Amino acid sequence: MPSRGLPYLLLMPAAIFLAVFFLYPFTLVAWEAFSGADGGLTLAHFATMAGNWKFSSALENTLLLAIAVVPIQTAMALAMAVLVTKIQRGRDVVLYIFTIPLGISDLAAGLIWFAIFDQTGFLNSALHTLGVVKEPVIWLGYQNRWVIFLAVMLAEIWRATAIMLVILVAGLGLIPKEYSEAAEVFGAGPWQRFRRVTLPLLRPSLQTALILRTILAFEVFAVVYALGGNNLPILMGQTFHWQFDLQDYHVAAALAMVILGISIGFTLVLLRVLRVPKGAGI
Amino acid sequence: MTDTATIRQRGRRLTQAAVVLLCGWVLGPIYLLVLNAFSAPDAVTGFPKRWLPGFDLHSLRMFVEFQGVAEALWNSVLVATLTMILSIALGAPAGYALSRFDFRGKTAFRVLVLMTRAFPLPLLALPLAVMFIRVGLDDTPLGLALVHTTLALPFAVLITFSLFSGLPVELEEAAWTLGCNRAQAFRKVILPLVLPGIAASAIFAFVISWNEVFAASVLTVQHRTLTAFLLTSLDVSPLPLKFAGGFVLVLPALIFIFAVRKYLFAMWGIANR
Amino acid sequence: MAEIQIKGVAKTFGAFTALHSVDMTIADQEFMVLLGASGCGKTTLLRIIAGLETASQGEVWIGGRRIDHLPPRHRGIAMVFQNYAVFPHLTVFENVAFGLRMQKLPETEVKRRVQRTAELMHIDALLGRYSGQLSGGQRQRVAVARALAMEPDVILMDEPLSNLDALLRLEMRAELKGILAESKTTTIYVTHDQVEAMSLADRIAIMHGGRILQAADPIAIYRNPAARFVGAFIGNPPMNFLPAEATPEGWTVAGELFAGPDAPGPLEFAIRPEDLRPAETGLPATVRIVEPLGPHLLVTCDVAGRALRAVLDSDLRLRPGDRIHLAPAADRVRWFDPKTDLAVTP
Repeated sequence: MPSRGLPYLLLMPAAIFLAVFFLYPFTLVAWEAFSGADGGLTLAHFATMAGNWKFSSALENTLLLAIAVVPIQTAMALAMAVLVTKIQRGRDVVLYIFTIPLGISDLAAGLIWFAIFDQTGFLNSALHTLGVVKEPVIWLGYQNRWVIFLAVMLAEIWRATAIMLVILVAGLGLIPKEYSEAAEVFGAGPWQRFRRVTLPLLRPSLQTALILRTILAFEVFAVVYALGGNNLPILMGQTFHWQFDLQDYHVAAALAMVILGISIGFTLVLLRVLRVPKGAGI
Repeated sequence: MTDTATIRQRGRRLTQAAVVLLCGWVLGPIYLLVLNAFSAPDAVTGFPKRWLPGFDLHSLRMFVEFQGVAEALWNSVLVATLTMILSIALGAPAGYALSRFDFRGKTAFRVLVLMTRAFPLPLLALPLAVMFIRVGLDDTPLGLALVHTTLALPFAVLITFSLFSGLPVELEEAAWTLGCNRAQAFRKVILPLVLPGIAASAIFAFVISWNEVFAASVLTVQHRTLTAFLLTSLDVSPLPLKFAGGFVLVLPALIFIFAVRKYLFAMWGIANR
Repeated sequence: MAEIQIKGVAKTFGAFTALHSVDMTIADQEFMVLLGASGCGKTTLLRIIAGLETASQGEVWIGGRRIDHLPPRHRGIAMVFQNYAVFPHLTVFENVAFGLRMQKLPETEVKRRVQRTAELMHIDALLGRYSGQLSGGQRQRVAVARALAMEPDVILMDEPLSNLDALLRLEMRAELKGILAESKTTTIYVTHDQVEAMSLADRIAIMHGGRILQAADPIAIYRNPAARFVGAFIGNPPMNFLPAEATPEGWTVAGELFAGPDAPGPLEFAIRPEDLRPAETGLPATVRIVEPLGPHLLVTCDVAGRALRAVLDSDLRLRPGDRIHLAPAADRVRWFDPKTDLAVTP
């Protein structure tokens, strides 16, 4: 049936919405970040941002966290995805359990791991019961910054592996079993089959999962706040701080541009490194 | 030489052990949160901890009765519901258009949708906070829901796109040849078939909003959502309150993920492309 | 009266031309089969008649009424789809009743017509089932019943049997022929299966590259292909083609002299494999491959450097390397102009 205008009519609301609430605000952030008091362009806000003594450690912590967390998550998600395909009985239950963290907010995840690492928490209780410590240790204090970092790492790995898992399981489902079976007939062992057949074919899903997860890793916020308060500065936390406590929207916007820049940079790198040659997909 | 059967069996054992271990890794921390939420306040602050729940509801009651919590809960539900309605109302027609028509600008729109995923969306809250003050949407559930919709809309578009694409176009065409116009064919044939999937993506949108912390904390002041309330009172609230709050935050998400579990993989499988 | 007239219908998708100005008239109650390989434009033409696709040019008339500007629901057509398109959320009864209810017929009439078509298609025992509980063959029957129940002027069928297994296809083919003849509906049927086309059609339209090369009754198509493509496409094994040189005495083909049409320049000599007989004189052939097929032998030979297939009696003892002569039945020889690929009549 003729329908020239219909697709545009259907698309219009979503397109307008994204233009108003996505494209427009982003130009606003960029403008805020670069505009000076006189209405001209300036880098002064970036200078103010970088001049803050917490900025470099926030940048460092955010990058370190992403670099520490994402590879472990990728490996875990891959292992879990392959495990799931191997299970015969109870597969649905296992899948549900594995994906539970998908529904848990970063704040809740932070609180959950706070219950473990808190001074009167479960870690100290266990250590006390085992007789390792006599008095509860203050794990999440400012003098134990590496423990906070470790706790955040654990919480992030615990919470956000599921999203990669789901993408990878879906990706594995798209790979016909015959490829792996053919490799087996030609003499490939289980590890070789995974390494030389499954993994290359999984590359598009792996790429999606990694990009999504890496971007989210740079947005880490509530987990850190719940576990370390202000003791472990991170970029999103700093942005919140400038916006909310110091009410300097320009510097907050500058920080946003930094996060955006890192996100785009990593996305481009991942797109390049994990690109699938044309015609080599399934 | 070990025979294949023994190797297979050993492999299966290993798989089972790994699965049990990983399930424990996921469920263990949740158990500890539940344990805290169902313990009496002095047990929560006490040391050392007990490892079995006391089924004491005092912590939870204290949380629910705490000043501002009831309103925060209500705001969270309100914002999440608005987000759900907005993302489906805007996203489903777009998903349908993408799945059924070829038209100029289709690629541009797809790029726009995919682009949203390459940006740290909660940051949108910063300029919108200023914009909302100008139009009177600041500190309102609707204002926050609009920001949350930018988070949920791309998913709604991609999920509904995959849902509609999963239905053969011939079903609609058959309905047209049998006397339906476009709207009737959609209502009588397509809608009944995609409704469960639409419901799942609506729930997904609800969870996205329910869990969002940053934008909620930036955009609400008096009318905090639960996440914003918990975050901004972290420094001051006693332990039992935190854990009970965490539990209340987690509970609906658990139920919702259970409800949409069948669609989770289909959604992401296509959202991949 | 539901005569269908297609006047100069063309369709382009961007730079690709799916149909080049097609003209065709299908008589009332005629069973017309559109036959061609995939991508020949047959389905596009059917969908334009149905109103599912809009023609870039041209007109479609049904029963003396121009309908190309109307949506499918106002064209008086019913359609059977290749994948059946049986609505999965409705029972068989509701599927068959769907179009009738859209017409707002009284429920007693709906029931009566559903019951009647269901009996006709032997699905009356399945009326309460959902499509997921049906086999492919049963789904196919539901799809046909749903179209028949509409009592349309025209039934359009898009490869309706191609998803069935071979045995079921044979059974449904015969059944469809009987039922559609009974219903006195004008039918347009799209298929790529030449046997199906031959067995069902009153008339076959052979399509290739967005054009109708020939529209005629099955035997005429088989015996007198209007174009080289038709001869090569119809018949299994297909027609043989050999180059013919003009000489003052007639046409020489592989050194043999034949009487042919009075035309300038080289021609192509064409003969069907079953119209060749082993003889003392005739085309000199070297046997290459012998395939015994039961009732006859399929023999592939080398004739003047070209492959030539002959269907011969299975009592013949032939072996690769044998040199034989194959005599074509004189009244079955056809000639084509290699420049236009069209038939040249003597």
